[in-house]
Amino acid sequence: MADHGHDHGGHHGPDHYIKIYFVLLGLFAISVAGPVVAEFMPEGSGRLWLVLITAFGVAFVKAYLVCAKFMHLDVEKPIVHWFLATCLVFMVLFFAGTASDVMKDDGQNWVKTAEIEWHQTSEAYRAKHGEGGHHGDAAHGDESHGEEPAGGDEHH
Amino acid sequence: MQGKPIATLREATGVPTGKLAVWWLLASEIVIFGGVLASYLMFRLRHPEFGDFAAHTNPWIGATNTLVLLTSSLCAVLAHQAAESGNGKKAAKLLWFTVAFGGVFLCIKSYEWYVEISHGYTITANAFWSFYYTAAGIHASHVIAGMAVMAWVAMTVARGNELQRVELVGIYWHFVDVVWIFLFPLLYIAK
Repeated sequence: MADHGHDHGGHHGPDHYIKIYFVLLGLFAISVAGPVVAEFMPEGSGRLWLVLITAFGVAFVKAYLVCAKFMHLDVEKPIVHWFLATCLVFMVLFFAGTASDVMKDDGQNWVKTAEIEWHQTSEAYRAKHGEGGHHGDAAHGDESHGEEPAGGDEHH
Repeated sequence: MQGKPIATLREATGVPTGKLAVWWLLASEIVIFGGVLASYLMFRLRHPEFGDFAAHTNPWIGATNTLVLLTSSLCAVLAHQAAESGNGKKAAKLLWFTVAFGGVFLCIKSYEWYVEISHGYTITANAFWSFYYTAAGIHASHVIAGMAVMAWVAMTVARGNELQRVELVGIYWHFVDVVWIFLFPLLYIAK
């Protein structure tokens, strides 16, 4: 193409991309099969790790293959990598900046009373219905758990 | 004014301006989708009951849609390869296949949402379903936008014009695929 600066696609024939597609399909099969196998494993026998590795670990590998081989990031100019890295860093910063609000019940001079009450109710609910909770039909079946505590932050 | 705007072909950074614009767009999308996914992850880790709600999503429908999007990505990259070879008609045909797979994805998603909503799992049911519909909804809107742009590019390249656009729309489509690769385990697998 005359007005195209980087003919990444021209370096490979269709077979190359079809091979990568089949690798992706293999990884996809692993990501589906892993959690299914984990269902039949007893609690505490590496079940969690199996799900984490097959579902989430493999997702990173699949994403890498699509980015590197289909989007051609592996041969892209460094400036593009910098764009993307900058945004990823910002995202991690946003995450770190807000995580304490969501993931903690209290901190220096603040406590989320509604959140604590919520967890107490939630624990009672789980104790009553078992660790897996109930898998009933209605989403509203457990109204006391159906809503996030709103305005639960109380600053001291 | 005649001819193309200079920005269309300029490569001040070593990257064609059009492609640079697409990468900038995707960089901003990282913050949008990353923010949603990171927020979901925080709530998921903090609230184990999210796992109970996630048990109501259908992993086989999610898996089918993953397969559909991976296949659509293959079509998109093959379209790019055809465009690199100067074969506009083949590129257009493959882009239409990609659009068709996008349509299949949306049909499956619509059926899935219909079943879930009819069982009472609406966006206001609880925080999990709110995240679920928000994340999947934003993603679906990106699929629709990608299909519209891809159809327009397909019509252009079928006439042998603007072949470089095949790569640009392809990059965007692959990104949409990558987002789904992460949404699938988060919304369907992590019970």
